[in-house]
Amino acid sequence: MCGIVGLYLKKPELEGQLGKLFEPMLEAMTDRGPDSAGFAIYGDEVADGWVKLTLQAIEADYGWKHLMGALEGRLGCSLDWFQNASAAVLKVNCEEERARAALADLAPEVRIMSAGQSIEILKGMGLPKEISERFGLGKMKGSHIIGHTRMATESAVTMEGSHPFSTGADLCLVHNGSLSNHFRLRQELKRQGISFETENDTEVAAGYLTWRLQQGDSLKEALDKSLEDLDGFFTFAIGTRNGFAVIRDPIACKPAILAETDDYVAMASEYQALASLPGIENAKVWEPEPATMYIWERA
Amino acid sequence: MKTIDLSSASVRDLNQALHGDVQDREWVVTHPAGKHNLAVGVNQAVSIDINGHAGYYCAGMNQKASVTVHGNVGVGVAENMMSGTVRVKGSASQAAGATAHGGLLVIEGDAGARCGISMKGVDIVVGGSIGHMSCFMAQAGRLVVCGDAGDALGDSLYETRIYVRGEVKSLGSDCIEKEMRAEHLEELQELLNRAGFDADPASFKRYGSARTLYNFKVDNASAY
Repeated sequence: MCGIVGLYLKKPELEGQLGKLFEPMLEAMTDRGPDSAGFAIYGDEVADGWVKLTLQAIEADYGWKHLMGALEGRLGCSLDWFQNASAAVLKVNCEEERARAALADLAPEVRIMSAGQSIEILKGMGLPKEISERFGLGKMKGSHIIGHTRMATESAVTMEGSHPFSTGADLCLVHNGSLSNHFRLRQELKRQGISFETENDTEVAAGYLTWRLQQGDSLKEALDKSLEDLDGFFTFAIGTRNGFAVIRDPIACKPAILAETDDYVAMASEYQALASLPGIENAKVWEPEPATMYIWERA
Repeated sequence: MKTIDLSSASVRDLNQALHGDVQDREWVVTHPAGKHNLAVGVNQAVSIDINGHAGYYCAGMNQKASVTVHGNVGVGVAENMMSGTVRVKGSASQAAGATAHGGLLVIEGDAGARCGISMKGVDIVVGGSIGHMSCFMAQAGRLVVCGDAGDALGDSLYETRIYVRGEVKSLGSDCIEKEMRAEHLEELQELLNRAGFDADPASFKRYGSARTLYNFKVDNASAY
């Protein structure tokens, strides 16, 4: 069992409240997932030509300043960064691949959680309340956010095993359910050049979408194919640079609920996570259909 | 009238009060906020109004009570109900009325997948549509759907009678359309009346079990 939640703001004037609105949503899903939690927040976009990377170290007192100095010297381009608990958000004016190569060389122990122009993925082990406090979720700004509270069933409880999983630039996925064909699918995806960092079944789903997108599929096409190729139970929430999507498997065993007002679209595993949202009393609330895609995007 | 406010009281407070020596016949529950297990296991003839959305297993195992939810409900509303009435003014999630033995469950909106799964005598009347695999392995009772039904309606059905006004996406194993005779029109009219829905019984179709799954087919023996 796990809890997934998402909040997509329709009005830019609400962006300052994103973290404040989302924090109780994540914490309301503690009963569904008390071992780890995480979220992917979209906002604070970097200019074209820049890339934003969320980095995470095991140690809380990792020497980020030293690493960033070395990185600046290696890349020879403009760089900006800030630390957030055990994570660091790095903005750099170069191609993603160059930044990744330099990081792999200088600090192989640092994990790259996300890359893109807008996305930041922050996650870890512990109660959702601890995670949101650790990263200061309540004060964060942005356009949309998806989150996950984990009760591990398919793999170990580790920081890496917690969601969201990045599936490409500015793309990520959270999952409630379990995949039954993840082992074989992982072998096939490895042959296609997709690499994995954990034994987690959800990482295979993320890898699958990455592969489909690399093959030139649109997000919609990739999700359509996932309904054929992923065997098991899933409700997915997917974040993109300018929107988010929800999809459930054809059996629709895993719960999901959606709510929409003029101000926002929100999704959660259970209504409890939506109860704290303003105007929820008059929102349109419904249960998404099985094997049906729901996508919201900014123009 | 007794009011329990769940923004200050706990769900346990509510359920213990309803299980105790109940003096009040009318109960109001405020600020339910989608909490689970509201008004479960009640076995007294009281009326309970839940003012808002309820979570999982609302009014489960109900006996005698009349529960009205002025909002939506989560998974398993009125699960294993024995008697009484549960009315949902909004929509219901999956497995509404699962394994219920008696009483009446009315859902004014839509119900999700597996509505009436393994029902054993309950009457369920849905104002809107129902999801896939509804009435799966149902054994007794009646299901009325004023809207449409999803895939595999009545899969592995035993004796439940199903009435659907709208479109049925597909029928499950051993579920067939059956003739609407006078007694069925009468039965359906009575169910619609009890649920408070104004619909013409003649606009419904009836579905039921072909009863071919009751006995082992010796022709299949080689497959085992």
